[in-house]
Amino acid sequence: MKTAYGVMAEFSAPERLAAAVASARRMGYTRIETYLPYPVPGVAQLLPGRPSPVPLAMLLGGLLSGLGAFFLQVYAARDYPLDVGGRPLNSWPAFVPITFELTVLGAALTGVVTFFIVARFPRLEHPVFNDERFHRASQDRFFLCVRSDDPRLGSTSLEELRSEWGADSIAEVPA
Amino acid sequence: MSAHPPSPEAIVDPTATLTSVTETVSGPILHPPWPRLWLAGFAGAFVVTLGLFAAIGWLFIRGVGIWGINIPVAWGFAIVNFVWWIGIGHAGTFISAILLLLHQTWRTSINRFTEAMTLFAVACAALYPVLHLGRPIYAYWLLPYPDTMGLWPQFRSPLVWDVFAVSTYATVSLVYWYVGLLPDLATMRDRAASTVGRRGYGILALGWRGDARHWAHHEKLYLILAGLATPLVVSVHSIVGMDFAIAILPGWHSTIFPPYFVGGAIFSGFAMVLTLVIPVRALFRMEGLITLRHLELMALVVLTTGWIVTYGYFSEFFTAWWSGDEFERFVQANRALGPYAPAFWLMLTCNVLIPNLFWSRRLRRSVPVLFGVAILVNVGMWLERFVIVVTSLHRDFVPSSWGMYIPTFWDWSTFIGTIGFFLALLFLFLRLLPAISMSEMRGLVIKAKESGE
Repeated sequence: MKTAYGVMAEFSAPERLAAAVASARRMGYTRIETYLPYPVPGVAQLLPGRPSPVPLAMLLGGLLSGLGAFFLQVYAARDYPLDVGGRPLNSWPAFVPITFELTVLGAALTGVVTFFIVARFPRLEHPVFNDERFHRASQDRFFLCVRSDDPRLGSTSLEELRSEWGADSIAEVPA
Repeated sequence: MSAHPPSPEAIVDPTATLTSVTETVSGPILHPPWPRLWLAGFAGAFVVTLGLFAAIGWLFIRGVGIWGINIPVAWGFAIVNFVWWIGIGHAGTFISAILLLLHQTWRTSINRFTEAMTLFAVACAALYPVLHLGRPIYAYWLLPYPDTMGLWPQFRSPLVWDVFAVSTYATVSLVYWYVGLLPDLATMRDRAASTVGRRGYGILALGWRGDARHWAHHEKLYLILAGLATPLVVSVHSIVGMDFAIAILPGWHSTIFPPYFVGGAIFSGFAMVLTLVIPVRALFRMEGLITLRHLELMALVVLTTGWIVTYGYFSEFFTAWWSGDEFERFVQANRALGPYAPAFWLMLTCNVLIPNLFWSRRLRRSVPVLFGVAILVNVGMWLERFVIVVTSLHRDFVPSSWGMYIPTFWDWSTFIGTIGFFLALLFLFLRLLPAISMSEMRGLVIKAKESGE
């Protein structure tokens, strides 16, 4: 078991994967990963984990970028003053469009960077790619993987797990 | 589909499966030989692109004097084409972002393609203002950077707003497109037979493996990016409209411009989507994924936005007349009866009359009619920008300052060159990347199966 990344079961339909994840959770497995060719509704919620930090990061990134854009324009209006008939230098309504554009830009870029950080991208090598069946995880098969560091792994034989979960196949993934 | 009355036709071919979707979309890319028509099309577009490079090269050597622009018509084709291209881009964002938020699932099979169209159209559009600068090497002066001259861009000017709007639009569209593409790049990596393909797609996929936790972040990110792109569509073309509306020139100085430009942008963009999708679905045999129902729905958007544009024309005329302003009235009369009258009447025919063919269900379900109308709308919307730019400038207040604008060979070759550039990029996209989002189609196929059972 030491040299394996984990045990991976293969499913041909999303609802069978979802049932297997629920079953694995009931059996007490905690180090579970699932691999899906499309975001099956509800599967991520079955797994333990914190809510995504992406929305909050985007909000903060957008606000910061927007404030920066606004005060850059205010600063520029005073640094190079243009007195047009005594109109106020801080003509804020004219600064709204650029403030808006840079808010959107800042939020979008922060969102992508946050996503890459939480997903640890780019990471071209990963043990799950060692599994010969895994190339179909991006096409038409669904995978459930229990990592080797799960304390419960090994208490049930692979064949028992396969029939319990209704998997099409099950095998160890080399690390 | 909730917002539409139930239709007997499916958005997805009922026989499609996860395997068949993957094969239909990625198969033509991964399995040579490439169709002859593709080779011929790309070769043609590439030659025209070389013509664009020649035109730009000559412009860099000789300056903007090679174009027909002069005082009083200093904007000419560069601005006409800029507005036309950026308007075309807006349909891509509209389809991929606004229709996503409105749960219009029919968008799924065309959004990837139209986002690519957006990127390439914006690339063409962004060329023009830079080429039009006269001294393109100073393009970076448009950006706020701490320079030794102690100068700043004029942040109160819509032309500077435009710099920020267009560059934000291009960046966010690219990010949105790439984030949506990641899972499909992983599919391409896993299916590619050649080492070059595996490595190339593998690097671009960044190691995507379909982890459910990644999907959860991905879905959140994608949805919020769609939410951000939605006001962006409206803001970018509004700002383009303000480029005109804030000037005091008769025929430009009008509050209808921002909304009327946004409506026109979506109108022309959907026409361009139809122009491109009709040949593509035939060439790559994707009729099962892009069905007649998709084309019909797009035709309805063209019809609706066509009426928004019609209202814009009416409003311009009515406001000119109602204002009692001599110069405003003259500009409108000069549009209809002056030296550029043929462009004006052709514009009205293409944009106001022709789209009404789509009231007929039979006509909007006929592929040749759809294609013909789409082409005419493209022409009409280009003419609209020509009429707005040129007829307002060429005869303004004082008859002694009137003049004519006659596009030169280099005006035309730069314009046609960008069409070639746009098509060359699209041809490359179709050959190298999945033109339909496989991961989103999979969700749709499973959903269709569940509701069918």
